[in-house]
Amino acid sequence: MSVTEADVRRIAKLARLRLSDDEVSRYGGQLSKILEAMAELGALDTSGVPATSSVTGAVNEPRADEPRPFPDRERLLDNAPEREGPYFKVRKVLE
Amino acid sequence: MTKYEMVVGLEVHCQLATRTKLFCGCGTDGYGETPNSRICPVCTAQPGSLPVLNAKAVELAFRAALALECRLNPVSVFARKNYFYPDLPKAYQISQYDKPFSEHGRLRLSEGGKTVGITRIHLEEDAGKLLHDLGALKIDGSLVDLNRAGVPLIEIVSEPDIRTGDEAHAYLAALKEVLQYVGASRCDMEKGEMRCDANVSVRPEGAQRFGTRAEIKNLNSFKNVKDAIDHEFHRQVAVVESGGRVVQETRLWDAAKGETRSMRSKEDAHDYRYFPDPDLPPLVADESLVARLKAEMPELPAARRARLTAQLGLTAYDAEVLTGDRALADFFETAAAAAPKGAAKTVANLLSTEMLARLNAESLPPSQAPIAPEHLGRLAGLVVAGTLSSKGAKDVFARMWQTRKDPVELVSELGLAQVSDDGALREWVRQAVASNPKAAADLKGGKDAAIGSLVGAVMKLSGGKANPAAVRGLIKEAVQS
Repeated sequence: MSVTEADVRRIAKLARLRLSDDEVSRYGGQLSKILEAMAELGALDTSGVPATSSVTGAVNEPRADEPRPFPDRERLLDNAPEREGPYFKVRKVLE
Repeated sequence: MTKYEMVVGLEVHCQLATRTKLFCGCGTDGYGETPNSRICPVCTAQPGSLPVLNAKAVELAFRAALALECRLNPVSVFARKNYFYPDLPKAYQISQYDKPFSEHGRLRLSEGGKTVGITRIHLEEDAGKLLHDLGALKIDGSLVDLNRAGVPLIEIVSEPDIRTGDEAHAYLAALKEVLQYVGASRCDMEKGEMRCDANVSVRPEGAQRFGTRAEIKNLNSFKNVKDAIDHEFHRQVAVVESGGRVVQETRLWDAAKGETRSMRSKEDAHDYRYFPDPDLPPLVADESLVARLKAEMPELPAARRARLTAQLGLTAYDAEVLTGDRALADFFETAAAAAPKGAAKTVANLLSTEMLARLNAESLPPSQAPIAPEHLGRLAGLVVAGTLSSKGAKDVFARMWQTRKDPVELVSELGLAQVSDDGALREWVRQAVASNPKAAADLKGGKDAAIGSLVGAVMKLSGGKANPAAVRGLIKEAVQS
């Protein structure tokens, strides 16, 4: 399985990564190798194994609907690169 | 000329009526409160934080699904929907994708009895809110309020069964009614608790294949939905008629201009790269929970309307008005049970005129009416028994609203009891006939309408307390003699 340069550029764009041409070819090679390794799993016969989205076998254990206010929201706001009063601040978004 | 029909499917997001968010213990009551006053490490996506599912959200979502006759999937899976936007702190929304918790339901519209299929309902979290300026103050960036981020939603996707703007309106009204009935959502559109997107396409009438659809966003009232769909239908027909092709795109409804317009189409189509969220194990629909929810399912509005018209003899209109709100319908039934047999119609009248007007004027929910339903039932009893005229009932109702007193007590307190006593009535009738000789002669001569002024005279003499039905009989008797 070979990952093309176009694939790499598209994936980088979706992930908001800016890659140099060198990086595109380097990561393309690495991604291809990863996919080749994963492809070995295709040799296994899984016809009798049900599809799964989870490997732990755990099922959801929901919690009660009891409010537990977080005591230190100032820290959360301060943790952001920028804030404006009670708001998080980001670069201007135009819709 | 070709005739076209519209094909519409609706995607409706409703906020579940929980106290806390879907995956953390932050309150869901942040609407209109201090920005970012309902946030924690989970809903702001601090590294290392983990989501824990809210049991009540699951229960309410299941209730909604059962009320919409959906099949509950034994196992459903939370998935990450990946996209970058500043109102989404994790850069993914936790939603459900190929394994939603419920599918294959339906909803009967009150109008015409048409049934609209429900494709699926899934659970997901809401995003935050972006502000681009603070009132008049311009900001050199955008501001983010995450009070809403992580609030539990269900997205209800309909089949493309809707054919007119009016049907879309009726579908939303029926959906809102059902969700409020089972307590799944308050559906307060002004607070954004119910939001709608519409997929609209057109095709020649009778065609089997669907046309290309446009998705219309920003529909924040039932009227907007209807208007936007009707407008979009005409726009697409015009495109097709002029030999063009409808483009698959997202359009925004501009309510002020009354038109839809294309959103700048993104360079590449959305690629959300959904995958199962490794932080959340699969959701198993617990059998005992489902059995309990089925047992607790209240009678739904359509069934209740049918029962009220059949059992209590209400008109379809009265039943519609009374069952629109579950608390109001409960109030009515308690009142009707306290009223004598045959007084249900009178209870309904008092409720829909006197009480609803006051509830609306004071923006009170029926549960907070300052009147006990049993008292309303007794008031109707007094009217049916002839003790109170309908005017007297209005007066007593007004006093009940102020004093919370029993109507029986108020009638004697206010001296409002209607006089049916023969002797007193006869004396008033005698005086009325004596002072209106022309009307009396006309009535005797066969002009039935003349009785009105005589009844009016008696009512005046009695201070409104004479029983009008008894008075009519006595007047006829008096003029004939």
